[in-house]
Amino acid sequence: MASLKDMRVRIASTRATQKITKAMQMVAASKLRRAQTSAEAARPYAEKMDAVISGIAAATSSSPGASALLAGTGKDRVHLLLVCTGERGLCGAFNSAIVRLAREHAQKLISQGKEVKFFCVGRKGFEQLRRTFEKQIVESVELRSVRQLGFVNAEDVAEKVIARFNNGEFDVCTLFYSRFKSVIAQIPTAQQIIPLVVEAPAASAGPAVSYEYEPEEDEILPRLLPRNIAVQVFRALLENNASFYGAQMSAMDNATRNAGDMIRKQTLIYNRTRQAMITKELIEIISGAEAV
Amino acid sequence: MATFHFDLVSPEKMAFSGEVDQVDVPGVEGDFGVLAGHAPVVAAIRPGILTVISGGSKQKIIVLGGLAEVSDKGLTVLADVATSIDELDRAKFAETISEMEAKLKEKEGSELDRAIERLDHFRGIEHELNTTAMH
Repeated sequence: MASLKDMRVRIASTRATQKITKAMQMVAASKLRRAQTSAEAARPYAEKMDAVISGIAAATSSSPGASALLAGTGKDRVHLLLVCTGERGLCGAFNSAIVRLAREHAQKLISQGKEVKFFCVGRKGFEQLRRTFEKQIVESVELRSVRQLGFVNAEDVAEKVIARFNNGEFDVCTLFYSRFKSVIAQIPTAQQIIPLVVEAPAASAGPAVSYEYEPEEDEILPRLLPRNIAVQVFRALLENNASFYGAQMSAMDNATRNAGDMIRKQTLIYNRTRQAMITKELIEIISGAEAV
Repeated sequence: MATFHFDLVSPEKMAFSGEVDQVDVPGVEGDFGVLAGHAPVVAAIRPGILTVISGGSKQKIIVLGGLAEVSDKGLTVLADVATSIDELDRAKFAETISEMEAKLKEKEGSELDRAIERLDHFRGIEHELNTTAMH
């Protein structure tokens, strides 16, 4: 049985841990607010982009010279999985949830006899995927040194992906990230970005507005498509960022509460032991006095 | 004068949203003004200065490329970067230009053409900035 001193040390160390998790929770909460606003600020842009692209795509899809980014290569043999995760841990199942989704997706593709390649954004995803798919990881980007996520970061990633696509290294690209729904709910999501999935405009929307294009559609579209990939990646990164802090906040909240429970239990045992020892000493003294 | 709705969005933020009288947009094939009731247009824009006129006051915003869409709901500009002229750090802007000049040597072929074109647009913005600073 542990001595009283050992127990005191244990309680003190649990209390120190609790202080750390409490501080991390508060830091995550304040960062979450910032991350959430920037994620929300990016939404209108991405939505407008979607609307414009699907409008143009619908107008040009019939033409034979449609871009490969939109129409695909006509094959779906090699798949690239672009897995965006966080840079740090201590955030509950945030990173593993994204990785699990990507892994399941990969295994499904492999069982269908397709080739899978990984592109990791974020250190944690790379570390987890390395265990099972070491050889399939073609590239990994770390955003550890980035303090404020900018559009440039997303552009970098998108450029690398597009360069590989143009080299014919893959046919289909799917983006994995965690969508921020609320502080307690983050949903790991898979989204196909190459070839672009264009939602068919609703038939009930009436006659589509016929736009004039300046320059011509087939000139605008090649500019727009790479840009759209950057936008989608950027949105994924921002959503991820917000989800990360949300996950970290609730994980740290749990940890703080658990530490509180532990302290309570340990203090109870400590007090019982202390009282038991006092009683024991008293009995010894009394029985000693009686013997005299 | 009739007004229309104008949104200026960049990936990082919503830079402008509101009712305006007129917007002058720097299109790839030349500047064009948008008034209420403009025909639906989708146009690529070049790096340049976008002027927003509402209620007699003018506001100038620097946009570095992007896309403008006019529909019956109004004008939407998707800008790569949108900075208000007052917020722009001129020293940094000049630095970007000299950086681009330095990088020009490494490029060749169509990439060089594109870089030169972009540099010209940037120089145009700088020129305009310096001339408007006089008065």
